[in-house]
Amino acid sequence: MTANPMSAATPSASPDPAAYVRLARVTKKFGDFTAVDEVSLDIRRGEIFCLLGGSGSGKTTLLRMLAGFERPSAGSVYIDGVDMSAIPPYERPVNMMFQSYALFPHMSVEKNVAFGLEQEGLGRDAIRRQVGEILDIVKMGGYGARKPHQLSGGQRQRVALARALVKRPKLLLLDEPLAALDKKLREHTQFELLNIQQRLGVTFIVVTHDQEEAMTLGQRLGVMNHGKIVQVGTPSDIYESPASRFVADFIGSVNMFEGRVSEEGTGFVRIECGELGCAVRAERAVACGHGTTVWTAIRPEKINISRRPPAAGAAGAENAVRGTVREIAYMGDMSIYLVQIDSGKMLRVTLPNITRGGERPLAREEGVWLSWHGSSPVVLTE
Amino acid sequence: MRSQGWFARGALVLGLVFLYVPIISMIVFSFNYSRLVTVWDSARSPSFRWYAALVHNQQILGAAWLSIRIALVSATAAVVLGTLAGMALTRFGRFRGRMLLAGMTTAPLVMPEVITGLSLLLLFVAMAQLVGWPRGVGAVTITLAHITFCMAYVTVVVQSRLAGFDEALEEAAMDLGARPLRVFLRITLPLILPAIASGWLLAFTLSWDDLVITQFVAGPGSSTLPMVIFSKVRFGVTPDVNALATIMVLVVATGIAISTVWMRHRQRRLERDMQLAAAANL
Amino acid sequence: MRLTQRSGQRLVAGIPTLWLLVLFLIPFVIVFRISFSEVRLAIPPYTPLLSWHHGAPHLEVHWSAYSFLFTDQLYISSYLYSLKVAAVSTLCCLLIGYPMAYAIAHSGSAVRPVLLMLIVLPFWTSFLLRVYAWIGLLNNNGVINNVLLYLGVIHHPLALMQTDFAVYIGIVYSYLPFMILPLYANLEKHDVTLLEAAADLGARPWRAFWRITVPQSLPGIAAGCLLVFIPAVGEYVIPTLLGRTDQLMIGRVLSDEFFENRDWPVASAVAILMLLVLVVPIMWFQRLERRELEAAK
Repeated sequence: MTANPMSAATPSASPDPAAYVRLARVTKKFGDFTAVDEVSLDIRRGEIFCLLGGSGSGKTTLLRMLAGFERPSAGSVYIDGVDMSAIPPYERPVNMMFQSYALFPHMSVEKNVAFGLEQEGLGRDAIRRQVGEILDIVKMGGYGARKPHQLSGGQRQRVALARALVKRPKLLLLDEPLAALDKKLREHTQFELLNIQQRLGVTFIVVTHDQEEAMTLGQRLGVMNHGKIVQVGTPSDIYESPASRFVADFIGSVNMFEGRVSEEGTGFVRIECGELGCAVRAERAVACGHGTTVWTAIRPEKINISRRPPAAGAAGAENAVRGTVREIAYMGDMSIYLVQIDSGKMLRVTLPNITRGGERPLAREEGVWLSWHGSSPVVLTE
Repeated sequence: MRSQGWFARGALVLGLVFLYVPIISMIVFSFNYSRLVTVWDSARSPSFRWYAALVHNQQILGAAWLSIRIALVSATAAVVLGTLAGMALTRFGRFRGRMLLAGMTTAPLVMPEVITGLSLLLLFVAMAQLVGWPRGVGAVTITLAHITFCMAYVTVVVQSRLAGFDEALEEAAMDLGARPLRVFLRITLPLILPAIASGWLLAFTLSWDDLVITQFVAGPGSSTLPMVIFSKVRFGVTPDVNALATIMVLVVATGIAISTVWMRHRQRRLERDMQLAAAANL
Repeated sequence: MRLTQRSGQRLVAGIPTLWLLVLFLIPFVIVFRISFSEVRLAIPPYTPLLSWHHGAPHLEVHWSAYSFLFTDQLYISSYLYSLKVAAVSTLCCLLIGYPMAYAIAHSGSAVRPVLLMLIVLPFWTSFLLRVYAWIGLLNNNGVINNVLLYLGVIHHPLALMQTDFAVYIGIVYSYLPFMILPLYANLEKHDVTLLEAAADLGARPWRAFWRITVPQSLPGIAAGCLLVFIPAVGEYVIPTLLGRTDQLMIGRVLSDEFFENRDWPVASAVAILMLLVLVVPIMWFQRLERRELEAAK
């Protein structure tokens, strides 16, 4: 786990010796459009790495370059130390699971899965045995004779996975693996994917636009925006210590205020926030000089909401503002409150509904105090 | 919507009547005994007199045989060339000469036939002068001409099938280790086969049916069936042509009816399978 | 030696390109060239474009074929007549074909394939024979006249053959499927909820049709009209079998110049002028086709 999230702008100075896949300043241009912009990235053997980004962020192009469907305009792709730039997809030790699954509609499940092995010129018996094994692993044992259109969405996904895994690739690329499944099935499949990955020890690179999927699947995430990787880290790194306003806003929801550094102490800074109407004390060492403009980001669940002001000396007493509840959205497991603070700014606060109909709930237009612990705010300089 | 519905439905019925009355009248009169094609001889009709005459008409039989041979070769060659062109236009992205190829495959679809025919003949004349081949016009030049305009139609059919085709299927095959030629043979070809088949049938029909271009590039002794028919009907109606037309319409109608029924059957089975799969979700 | 991917692609694209270059594009160049020659009694029956005089190439350009076209009234009037016939026939095809395509697009899924089959079936049968069938209907002693006489509507047979009317009937009849199919392909893709939204916002059915359906179907209308208009301008068989003898269409003129008069330069010049008239519609058609394919992707 890296404490300092590294960004694409400053590629890690010393290359990770355990890196299995390495992208070195990879750029892909389509005409005038730069889809992937000088991306450098190391992915370790056996890990699950998620590339997370919106549509057009370049994540799919990056994946297609790993598979060999696109050639980088500049830079190189290494897999297991070998430069892959000139190697066509059919000679790469990589397999891919397509978003549409891309099951061959004119072939049975067995034939689909066997296709990759046939290209290696394996014997009939060996093929049959390996196909049987992998279909058992994905729990599709009894479905070998079916055609793809005779399968449900979840079953197709398993066949696609089996077909990609049957050649025992060292690296499996998954393009939005769960996007076509409905919500219930998705959760179930997610854990199964993790299970299979551990069992076979394959390195997974997953592309997704769904942050929940990325957080649960990925051991490490790379957040992409405009063709660049803006942050790499563990899910909690990225959620708790976003490196930029983009990441903070892209992953989860966040309250963000512009401010100016007014005091720099050891281990903390004080930020004067006009939008908040008070100063924020953040317990975080940030390299920024006195007077620079910074942004303070606070996650909605890290704000306390109460009817009385926090007692002096209590945790969060220093960071407290008064406001009025404007909207309440009841979500079942939690509630979202939109609170307008005295400066006029709207804040989003979430509270878990721990007890069942316990104390008197907050009502709309009720005056409240918002407060947070000094470790909660994240100070962002870009 | 309702008023338009009635209007449009009425127009559809009238339009279909318009499309079929001439064909039906031709079929009816093919059984007329009288030599005066449009006067129904109720005493001796229906009769198969003209069908019998047809079977003994060596000129028509010979021309039909020539037309069939030309159409078989033209359709087959046009399918090969059209599939290559369709692949190039849909799969190779931007390449040099793409616009040229795209333009040359759509222009023949609408080009007036007299222009195409004239230009092809002048080409063959110029080639004979320059390289000494082809020596004279005939079945060979007709076939070359037919391949050229048929391949444009095949290209359009194949191209539209390829454009609606999930390219991820080909990428998946490549990802699993298949080289491009093998991807084409194992994945692309089987999946566009219906389009290729209908392209072939279309090309066969167009070649079998063509008169204007053929007239330009045909020589003495290479009269195709449409040329024989045209020379017969140019100066009025001849009853044995009615019989010939009836046979041709019946062959085509049977073929189309069978393929429609078969396709609907397949479609239904596909839908049923998909419903079953959805019902048994996981 | 193994074929590399790039050289394989070059082969695949190169073969059809080469074929069409030789058998489609170069022929036009030859036609163009011959249109600047003069007739002569020889084989081939025209003067060469390049001749050698004292060892130096000499370009012989004759404008006689073109000047001939503009001096003889026959050619100009044939061009104008052909354009008129093609335009009127295209309009008739559209007026008949649009409601038919609309009705098919709005028919139930069970009858739709049958209706489409009925539209396509005549297209698969011989074009020549379908035109021929009209002779039997339109003749002085043909079916139509016989029926009308029998019913007592008329007392003398109507002269239907060898009229403009017969040519219109022939062209509309032969080209109707070319109008209906692109229109159907377009109309079938329309989103029904758009009409429902229009109705919900207070538009009456006819108004919704004019404001929503028609504008959306413009590409289909354009494709259908071009597929009828362009070949109809150069139509040869239909006017020859059904049309007037005192006013020829340009396709017939070209064919007569070539086969009857053996005047290859004038026939070529007729073709080149016809192409000049049609080049804009042809380019327009190509653009529509391209867009259609891109939309399918």
